[in-house]
Amino acid sequence: MSRRLAHVDRVGVEERAAQLGGRSIKTSAKQQGIRLAVSVLDLTTLEGADTAGKVRHLCAKAVCPAPTMPEIPSVAAVCVYPALVAVAREALNATGVRTASVATGFPAGQISLAAKLRDTEDAVAAGADEIDMVISREAFLAGDDSRVQEEIVRVKDACGDAHLKVILETAELGSYDHVRHASMLAMEAGADFIKTSTGKAASGATPGVCLVMLEAIRDYVERSGRVVGFKAAGGVSTSKAALQRLVLVKETLGDDWLTPDRLRMGASSVLNDLLMQYSKTETGRYGRSEDFSRE
Amino acid sequence: MTIESRTSIVWEYAPAPESADHVRLKDRYGLFIDGDFREPAQARYMPSINPATEEPIAEVAWAGPDDVNRAVASARAAHPGWAALPALERSKYLFRIARLIQERARELAVVETLDGGKPLRESRDVDIPLAAAHFFHYAGWADKLRYGVNAREVAPLGVVGQIVPWNFPLLMAAWKLAPALACGNTAILKPAETTPLTALLLAEICREAELPAGVVTILPGDGATGAALVRAPGVDKIAFTGSTAVGRDIQAALAGRDTRLTLELGGKSANIVFEDAALDQAVEGIVNGIFFNQGHVCCAGSRLLIQESVLDEVIAKLWRRMGLLRIGDPLDKNTDVGAINSAEQLQRIETLVAAGEEEGALRRTVACELPERGYWFAPTLFTDVSPAHRIAVEEIFGPVVSVLSFRTQAEAIEKANNSRYGLAAGIWTDKGAKAFEVASALKAGVVWQNTYNHFDPTAAFGGYKESGFGREGGPGGLRPYLRVLS
Repeated sequence: MSRRLAHVDRVGVEERAAQLGGRSIKTSAKQQGIRLAVSVLDLTTLEGADTAGKVRHLCAKAVCPAPTMPEIPSVAAVCVYPALVAVAREALNATGVRTASVATGFPAGQISLAAKLRDTEDAVAAGADEIDMVISREAFLAGDDSRVQEEIVRVKDACGDAHLKVILETAELGSYDHVRHASMLAMEAGADFIKTSTGKAASGATPGVCLVMLEAIRDYVERSGRVVGFKAAGGVSTSKAALQRLVLVKETLGDDWLTPDRLRMGASSVLNDLLMQYSKTETGRYGRSEDFSRE
Repeated sequence: MTIESRTSIVWEYAPAPESADHVRLKDRYGLFIDGDFREPAQARYMPSINPATEEPIAEVAWAGPDDVNRAVASARAAHPGWAALPALERSKYLFRIARLIQERARELAVVETLDGGKPLRESRDVDIPLAAAHFFHYAGWADKLRYGVNAREVAPLGVVGQIVPWNFPLLMAAWKLAPALACGNTAILKPAETTPLTALLLAEICREAELPAGVVTILPGDGATGAALVRAPGVDKIAFTGSTAVGRDIQAALAGRDTRLTLELGGKSANIVFEDAALDQAVEGIVNGIFFNQGHVCCAGSRLLIQESVLDEVIAKLWRRMGLLRIGDPLDKNTDVGAINSAEQLQRIETLVAAGEEEGALRRTVACELPERGYWFAPTLFTDVSPAHRIAVEEIFGPVVSVLSFRTQAEAIEKANNSRYGLAAGIWTDKGAKAFEVASALKAGVVWQNTYNHFDPTAAFGGYKESGFGREGGPGGLRPYLRVLS
């Protein structure tokens, strides 16, 4: 069956996203927004050079991002490669911070379905609460929607009780029409969250991509009654960018989505900028990056 | 499996009012005649009111017949010198005015919002930058006029009288003044009675730009001032933007006189959504088409035509989106819909909305808290509208949209053109051929495709039928200010 795409107008999407980007978030709204942004953060390290030591440091930071500012909450989760899930899980035990793992041949996904399932099962067995899978862009771009969905269904099975986030890697999809279509495929196949990017592609959670995915979620939830979450990942490296993403969510899906069980932001470097901006709202001056530990 | 929410953080936008501290308004403004502010012949000063608070902002002189005659004499006297200037010199003055508007953009935006009630976001991002852009655009035309109208020789008309409305006070002044001056005319501008302040700041800017005395005259006042200007001997052209009723009076008054006329009047513009449109963006376009500037837009997309196959879906999306509009303090940077311009306009809107309910259309108005003082009207949607209803025919000039449905492309065109007006239209479709076909069949001066209320100084703007005649903007906007000699 040939694919039928919903229409998305690029110019209109980007104008609306830019308009929402102009919201003025100051004073108490900035403080609350920063706390909210921290609480939905998936603190991430996905490097070839990751070690148990680095992951333990990151977990400590995730549980207590700023010891001098107790009003800053823990982040939502720590996201690592499958091989380091056990380390993270142990470090995060009983802290409320969840362990997330990428899987399915992240980031390219160019491995067999059997290998993808095995990758997922390993991560779940090691204690991952959440799995971030990638869709097969190979199948999607070749027009094979059923294979894209079949993979998601199988991985979802392999997840068991673990939560499934489906990464669309929008930078590789080529158009907003495709972003919307892929969002719908993923949700219909059972995704608990849909997520913009791996963070390894040329662009990530641009405002336009976020808006198109949020509108897809809104329409899917309205039609099906099943709640799906949203994760922005890639390219959100400043407080301003993080707050702008929150605005997009608030004004598209509403306040119900401003919680860690429906919204995540994946990032490695934004946390310290959030902390510096928060301390600026408290003290009136910008701190130094040395004031906060890197991990 | 659900994750329990460990932190429940409520996130509301804090008030973000733009500061008005940097605004230096005088308590009282005279008439700008002969290069400076002058006392009116009869001391008649009226307060200009902030429609969001009902508080007076400044007192402004209203020009009477004697003042109009004095202004015309001054403009006539200034004309030969201005017309004889090398075109490049006229260009430089326009360029200087454009730069000064940019320099004072923040102040102009705040004053526009205080005086007219429009959200700061709009005055800051649309009105003021576009006003500067019009001066920049026509600065470039001043020494190329022949090419703009495709003629060997052209000459200015002389003294032009220009009457502008209250919905885009500074922008409409720029639309009128920039081409008139570029063509070598001297101009007498009458701002609207409820919104004279930015025109008076523009007068200060003209003085700062050292524009020769008498080239630009600003005469605040009400309809009587406008009527006197229309009838004053020595005015070679009248350019009017405003209601169709007043436009009709002006045309009657000028019958049989050697005074040229262009009119930009009302509208009931059709915004047509086809089933193959990008619906979420179409909804944004509908919102921008009718709630931009509280619907005080002559080309507002107030007649929404939706293909029946997507009618329910679009209305559901639109209604949901309307609930997200932020209504209130126009100075707040996050406000989407501000105050209605005047008590009189609010009453007009209320009257027509009541008529819509009486005639049996289904009214839905956004539930929101409106400030106690000031003039406010919450965004309103009418469904079950029949083409004969007053709300489908008459211009409401407020944040009120009337929805009609259609079945086929031919019916959409027929319904869109079935109006005494013909100012603008919008087409929402993802099919290029259809968009061009429909656009050519619509009797409207401006047709937007997959966007709405998008303005640019290079594009001509004007109407068909009772929406007036003459074009403003781009090279087409030069012709009404020139005599073509050969």
